[in-house]
Amino acid sequence: MSDDARAAMLARIRRAIADGAPRHGAHGVSAHDDAPALVRGVPLDAATCIARLVHRVEEYRAHVEVTTHDALPAAIAARVAMRGARTLVIPADLPVAWRPAGVALREDHALDVATLDAVDGVITGCRLAIAETGTIVLDGGAAQGRRAISLLPDWHCCVVFASQVVGDVPDAVRALAAAGSLSRPQTWISGPSATSDIELDRVEGVHGPRTLEVLVVRDARRQGAASSVIAAATGRPPASAA
Amino acid sequence: MTGIGTRPGRPLPRFEALAPARLDDAQLRRNLGKATATIRGKRQTVVDELPHWEALREEGRAAKAAVLAELDVRLEQLEARVRAAGGQVHWAPTAADATRIVGDIAARHAAREVIKVKSITTDEIRLNEALAARGIVATETDLAELIIQLAGEPSSHILVPAIHKNRSEIRELFVARLGQGDLTDEPRALAGAARRHLRAKFLSVPMAVSGANFAVAETGAVCVVESEGNGRMCLTLPRVLVTVMGIEKVVASWDDLGTMLQLLPRSSTGERMNPYTSIWTGVTPGDGPEEFHLVLLDNGRTQVLADSVGRQALQCIRCSACLNVCPVYERTGGHAYASVYPGPIGAILTPQLLGVEQADSLPYASTLCGACYDVCPVKINIPEVLVHLRGRAVERQAAGAGTHPYPRLERLAMRLAAWAFGSTTRYTLATRVARVALRLLGGGGAVTRLPGYGARWTAVRDLPPPPAQSFRDWWDART
Ligand code: SF4
Repeated sequence: MSDDARAAMLARIRRAIADGAPRHGAHGVSAHDDAPALVRGVPLDAATCIARLVHRVEEYRAHVEVTTHDALPAAIAARVAMRGARTLVIPADLPVAWRPAGVALREDHALDVATLDAVDGVITGCRLAIAETGTIVLDGGAAQGRRAISLLPDWHCCVVFASQVVGDVPDAVRALAAAGSLSRPQTWISGPSATSDIELDRVEGVHGPRTLEVLVVRDARRQGAASSVIAAATGRPPASAA
Repeated sequence: MTGIGTRPGRPLPRFEALAPARLDDAQLRRNLGKATATIRGKRQTVVDELPHWEALREEGRAAKAAVLAELDVRLEQLEARVRAAGGQVHWAPTAADATRIVGDIAARHAAREVIKVKSITTDEIRLNEALAARGIVATETDLAELIIQLAGEPSSHILVPAIHKNRSEIRELFVARLGQGDLTDEPRALAGAARRHLRAKFLSVPMAVSGANFAVAETGAVCVVESEGNGRMCLTLPRVLVTVMGIEKVVASWDDLGTMLQLLPRSSTGERMNPYTSIWTGVTPGDGPEEFHLVLLDNGRTQVLADSVGRQALQCIRCSACLNVCPVYERTGGHAYASVYPGPIGAILTPQLLGVEQADSLPYASTLCGACYDVCPVKINIPEVLVHLRGRAVERQAAGAGTHPYPRLERLAMRLAAWAFGSTTRYTLATRVARVALRLLGGGGAVTRLPGYGARWTAVRDLPPPPAQSFRDWWDART
């Protein structure tokens, strides 16, 4: 029955396109293997990349702060204190240095949704961030956890290393491919939850976290941040710093 | 009156019959005028920011045209990848097939309620009604969809289905239907009311239904673009996820997806990027639903694909930019189009999906000004398709099969015009006769009333006074 439906639909498609429009006809091969290079914006240098990310995330009315590797724990603690959070959920592999003292931390080992709904916030890392659009991309990899933990709590604090910042969307796609992330569950986050459904006015805060805080770490210790940002902006993947 | 037509096999109500009541609704026109002006401004700002915008549009057009030209291959590839990643793929030639498939999945899981992410495709196939007939409640979770579901009204815009309602109308609705008495009409308060209302459902309902903005053939990834987080809730919390996707939503590669993700948010909400984009491939153990179904829907799309001029309508990424710039849409609103696809894209998509005979007034719901073509992020030449479809409507009319109210009179007038324009003598004679006639009718001034069928024209506009001398007479006289 459903095999019949499949065969019928494919036959109708083949009849419809039989008028000779050009076909790549390549099974399993990316359409762009032999395609012209992608359209790109002006490449950004490292400093501009970070500045633009900060500006763009701010425009979504999220809180952004540029910090250093050494100052990161204090920066996280300050944000938690300012928020007045008492219970936080964290991915089980969140680096120890990112875990604030003085609050109850729930490591996520398949916590149920009621628990996730009841905590005050969540701290995660990310796979990468996109400067041009002010986007952070989570793929469930290191220090990120599964999708539900960055969704149900009302406050999300996300740590981004300068080496994870790419220039624009095409760079992000290439970097995700290089990191083997294409088939992982991804969430691209650009500011806090919002809606434009009432008179087309952007209002923050519907179902996702209503407050987003992004901490950008300038000097990742293990590599020269600046050089890898440039690498990212030119389309080569950045090394993961998380 | 949701769905793509009123009832299968029955023609849509004519646009010119539905439009006048909307034109007389001052509140509607104020709401629409304000909303479309806002969104036009926002779109322009973020588009102007990218010096390579035109090149991006061309990249988007080319990617979509290429995938349509090999749609069979790409769909088979998508199917194989989704299956390999633990998902199940279903093929639905018609709306009835698609709703049966979704209903069967719900029945298998004994789901009495499903939560939904805004999806025009499921509106097109009337999924909610079909599920209701099987005793299954479909709850819309997108704020605008919730608003119109509570109001019992159809959508009037692709992106903002409740664009015809202003904040105080929405507040009254929420107070009456959600029982939240102490509500102000601040958008923030209204959004908070929706958050409270839906939270428990997100945490407990076992099955969700979504549409898809894109699916990537090379890896089997499916992508949903949204703002509120209700999409993320539906896509990650329930145990079972069913995605209903028109076959034209597939793109070949991740590079193509990247192109679309640059074009769509800037064109639709006028943002550099929408708040949330979810991309998933099949099933991921420990993260998200345990069961994923992808329903590939035809429902007239292969018929559109077979028309070499009209098929470009399938490139559409549903950004709604063409609605927001359309002078006709801005004045009549979406309901005059009598279909889930309103505005310029609706005027070319609906008649093709249903067959021109079901909706032959829609290709005329346009001034052919071309503003839609200028903004379309995938460069669909909407005026070209409109003219093409008018041609098909006229052919049907000539064959005696159309629904035009005055077919014979129109044909007679056209034939007369063709005859007059066919020779210089006849043309000169015709302009002289017309000048005399207009002067008699207007008493030397503007003509405010034409006799007979011409009265329909002068009911809404005047004809200017005829010139004393035609251009040709003036030209002859000056030498
Ligand atoms: S036709 Fe073009 S402008 Fe209109 S909704 Fe589709 S993609 Fe957007």
